[in-house]
Amino acid sequence: MERVANHDVAGIWKGGWVTGLGQVPVADASVLVAGQVYLTGELLPAMICPVRNVVPEWSGNSMRISIASGKGGTGKTLVATSLALALSDRHHVQLLDCDVEEPNDHVFLRPEITGRETVTIPVPKVNEEKCTHCRKCAEVCAYNAIAVLGNRVLTFPQLCHGCGACSYLCPEKAITEVGHEIGTVEWGRFGGVAFVHGRLTVGEAMAPPVIRKVKERVNNYDIAIVDVPPGTSCPVVEAIKGSDFCILVTEPTPFGLNDLALAVETVQELAVPCGVVLNRAGIGDSRVVDYCSENSIPVLLTIPLDLEIARLYSRGIALVAGMPQWKSSFLELFDMVTELVVERNRSAKR
Amino acid sequence: MKEIVVLSGKGGTGKTSIVGALAALAQSKVLADCDVDAADLHLLLRPSEKMRTEFWSGKVARIDQDRCDECGLCQELCRFHAIRDFQVEEASCEGCGLCHHVCPTEAITMRENMAGHWFISGTRYGPLVHARLGIAQENSGKLVAVVRQQARKVAEEQALDYVISDGPPGIGCPVISSLSGASLALLVTEPTLSGMHDLDRVLGVCRHFGVPATVCINKYDINEENTRQTEEQCSRQAVDVVARIPFDNAVTESIVRGVPIVEYSDGRVTREIVTMWRRISGASEGSSPA
Repeated sequence: MERVANHDVAGIWKGGWVTGLGQVPVADASVLVAGQVYLTGELLPAMICPVRNVVPEWSGNSMRISIASGKGGTGKTLVATSLALALSDRHHVQLLDCDVEEPNDHVFLRPEITGRETVTIPVPKVNEEKCTHCRKCAEVCAYNAIAVLGNRVLTFPQLCHGCGACSYLCPEKAITEVGHEIGTVEWGRFGGVAFVHGRLTVGEAMAPPVIRKVKERVNNYDIAIVDVPPGTSCPVVEAIKGSDFCILVTEPTPFGLNDLALAVETVQELAVPCGVVLNRAGIGDSRVVDYCSENSIPVLLTIPLDLEIARLYSRGIALVAGMPQWKSSFLELFDMVTELVVERNRSAKR
Repeated sequence: MKEIVVLSGKGGTGKTSIVGALAALAQSKVLADCDVDAADLHLLLRPSEKMRTEFWSGKVARIDQDRCDECGLCQELCRFHAIRDFQVEEASCEGCGLCHHVCPTEAITMRENMAGHWFISGTRYGPLVHARLGIAQENSGKLVAVVRQQARKVAEEQALDYVISDGPPGIGCPVISSLSGASLALLVTEPTLSGMHDLDRVLGVCRHFGVPATVCINKYDINEENTRQTEEQCSRQAVDVVARIPFDNAVTESIVRGVPIVEYSDGRVTREIVTMWRRISGASEGSSPA
């Protein structure tokens, strides 16, 4: 039996029992929040009951929160690292840095790295003895990554997406696949935070396969915080996919606003609910706040423009480590996110 | 004609503010916004659109349910897990066409994908080539290539001396596409541990593609010890630090007003950027800043 303190958020639970009302089964995708359990599964649709004791059975749906921004340099890393550290006293937390082109979370956490894996994509290798230079491979390759010039077959691993069309369709079975290294994934721990990040090899173009490898390590029973690369294209989509919620970090400038609107469109396209963290409040103008209220996007946390915060950042010190008074703000941020996810899951079940 | 691309690795270091300033300072140039998935340069240059062109790129598989006999071969072979229950999940489809080639009932067709637009516009500072990638689209690298190609074409037609491009953050596909074959990469960094870490990686990309690089340390005074280390980091790699720009809220104010900093303020930031442009463009130093 575990007592759930008021203001404690235990995440999304799948299975288990609630006691206090007698033994009540907790249905799938039920959410425990702030001393209440929201029973939204099929057994007990959309009912809320007070709860004192819970027998947890962690499995299945954990909470996955991605931290994105559109514009770079708005404070994604600051929010991701501080949120993970603030939560780590009370919860099992995973921090996954999916900004594999420029991963920076490790700069602030300095985790002890305990494991490492190379990320490869399968690229074609042609057996010249079997090859009849029929050109089928070059015809089917959508990325111009293989070409036949006279009696020679040229391959361009940097262009290859590893789809396997050339090897599968080669009539002579002359093509096999070999691993081409495009990056690495490393994992380890800092205090209560389980840490994973990916690193695209310098000179390689394709971030999404590295991001996929990082995300394979989401364990599905802890709180997972995913640091997303800037922008709105394929690496961003790959990183956000599967999140329960997306926190968009922005700054109150015209650049911040322009890119926030693009990021909102992206998460809406992916049907992931979102809210905003406004960083460096005090510079710029009020148009970001106006935009959020016009579009019913909640502003979950405001971080002021502050020289001390900027100094800590420049030295690679996480905000909640350098200024512990910020910890409660990040815990409140998490509570708000959880409530929004609960609310959404409840209305989706209706 | 010289092509200068402004990159940074880390986002938010000031690439667009610097390009906006160079737009106002350089005489004979075309501007290109190569950050096609989060373009901001137009907010400073306020272009009037002259030409808009659709960007068709890549393909997406579509399954004709009437012809599909649910053999499951496509699902089994797709490496991108883009086919589930005999339906294509468009966001996951990379357009390789393997499913189309192998389908025994020829139920799968590849459909062209409209992935965005590119524009040629006029600004007070000269022509601007820019683009807008569709939300959640692939092929940002190819769209960047189109923007650069069009910018070079404009420069040739109008006999302009420079193509100045605002690049995307990161080191991946759109960065490589912005960089390869350029005459010079101007790397804008900031004196933070993250900035230094990211600068190292983007310097590596420049080396990999054989593009000469020069570094501008923005907001150098937020951590002068890190600035010193960044300078050492550059000197070890024989890369020049061409400017040290102080932090000044006037830069944000100029963005709010929608004008390049050099037209908004004649303070230290402007003076440093003017000197930087003289160094980059090889003009003689000595006369007083604008």
